Amino acid sequence: MKKEFETISKIIKNNKRVLDVGCGDGTLMEYLKEKQKNDVRGLEPQKNLVQKCIAKGLPVIEGDAEKELFQFPKKSFDYVVLSQTLQAFFDPEEVLEQLLRIGKQTIVSIPNFGYWKVRLHLLFKGTMPMTKNLPNEWYNTPNLHMCTIKDFVNFCDKKNIKIDKSMCVTNEKISEITNKNMGYKNIFSQLGIFLIQ
Amino acid sequence: MNTEMKNIKKIIVDETLELDCGKTIKNFPIAYETYGTLNKNKDNAILAFHALTGDQFCANINPITKREGWWTFAVGPGKAIDTNKYFVICANVLGGCMGSYGPKEINPETNKLFGTTFPVITIRDMVRSQKYLLDYLGIKKLLSVAGGSMGGMQVLQFAALYPEMTHSTIPIACSASHSAQNIALNELGRQAIMADPNWKKEDSSPDKGLAVARMAAHITYLSKKGLEEKFGRKLQDKGSLKFSFDADFQIESYLRYQGATFVDRFDANSYLYITRAMDYFDLEKQYKGNLSNAFKNNKSKFCIISFSSDWLYPTIENKEIVIALNACGANVRFVEINSDKGHDSFLLDVPDFLKTISEFINSTYNEIKK
Repeated sequence: MKKEFETISKIIKNNKRVLDVGCGDGTLMEYLKEKQKNDVRGLEPQKNLVQKCIAKGLPVIEGDAEKELFQFPKKSFDYVVLSQTLQAFFDPEEVLEQLLRIGKQTIVSIPNFGYWKVRLHLLFKGTMPMTKNLPNEWYNTPNLHMCTIKDFVNFCDKKNIKIDKSMCVTNEKISEITNKNMGYKNIFSQLGIFLIQ
Repeated sequence: MNTEMKNIKKIIVDETLELDCGKTIKNFPIAYETYGTLNKNKDNAILAFHALTGDQFCANINPITKREGWWTFAVGPGKAIDTNKYFVICANVLGGCMGSYGPKEINPETNKLFGTTFPVITIRDMVRSQKYLLDYLGIKKLLSVAGGSMGGMQVLQFAALYPEMTHSTIPIACSASHSAQNIALNELGRQAIMADPNWKKEDSSPDKGLAVARMAAHITYLSKKGLEEKFGRKLQDKGSLKFSFDADFQIESYLRYQGATFVDRFDANSYLYITRAMDYFDLEKQYKGNLSNAFKNNKSKFCIISFSSDWLYPTIENKEIVIALNACGANVRFVEINSDKGHDSFLLDVPDFLKTISEFINSTYNEIKK
């Protein structure tokens, strides 16, 4: 399993109620359910992926997070997970608000636009950055609202969202983000993972 | 036909069932059929509920009509609901005309056919009457309850009435409350039957009215695109228009055929009673205006399926069930299957649909076997 999911699973631990928003083919859900005895639910917009999840026995509903989150009651999950999708919403602010409403805690991961390769790509090539984490061209990318680790932290600060944990993935290694190393991590990490409420 | 009707499997329920209308029935027959073998643990049973014009013969060849069972694409050896592995039970609904207690049966008090003196029944009555069959078969907990359209309504009602009696629940292309549009369409069918001068006559049946009802209903089971692709404006007689009211267009002739063959196998009064039961179905109202209450603490795994081109029970109505289930934290999955075949999709060869139910049932079975 990829480092990101490993980190998320470690935060969640066992026997919790978890909603995976944009759960894809259910890889994380399956792990949380089978290995950690969590009571999982998923939301996924792509039919073929929903069908894959159903085949695996996972309770996943087809739907778009921007339209479907309202139906989950307040604080009905211990954790709500949003993996690398926030930047793809039309209204990430509203989605985040919903996630915080539904979950006692929310885990959000973001591809870091401040990563050095991204910066250099724009600086030297003068074209929109494409990396392993951001493989699409500007005209077909689903990512409408890219941000950096620093941007996300600033956003939480502005919105009075409490960050309980900040982690990052740097070349497949997990580490903690602190106030001290933020500038450094914002350059060298591909991914930020935040536990917020 | 009559000798074969006698061979239909039935139980006679010797208990008294109080119907929603307030009347009681007792010593009444419930006709059923089973496919596959019930295993020793009795944990591989699936109860399939039929739709408005279906019957207990969901697989193989229907011994009465000699036509394929209504769910032959889904039920059978090696099929999505694999009868090599699972034991499928299907009962003719209360009010039906394939051997269960209904308007076509003799009223023991008058020794005459019930006809329109049969009590008005509800979806809840239908489901409660089938519970006796499960008791008779000694099944305490089903692997699954499944059904489309009115069958789906019975699935929902079953989940609400007997939450502990099934591991999984599959309502397909249905609604928790019959919509105004659907009530309107049912009323159209009923009026067609009641306008037939042969209705309520002792030695004749309102075949024309019933055929018109079926024709109108049949249109609602298809999609505009499906009709366009299958028939378009194609003429019956390749030549040209006949400038008459004969069936010039293939679609006309198709509908006439559907109407004509339907009257051979279906009772007009059953049609009245069953459509009425559908119209009265309002699970939300049954549970004090909150559909979630119907599923509170229900531990069953729900799999709701709708079809993109179904305008009779559109995705949005199926989604209302999903929303109610999520509101009470139920174990729910939902997918809208892409299909041009309209409401009828659940009866047809729609691979994504069949794959979904098959994989869902198999995963549920594997989980309980763990």
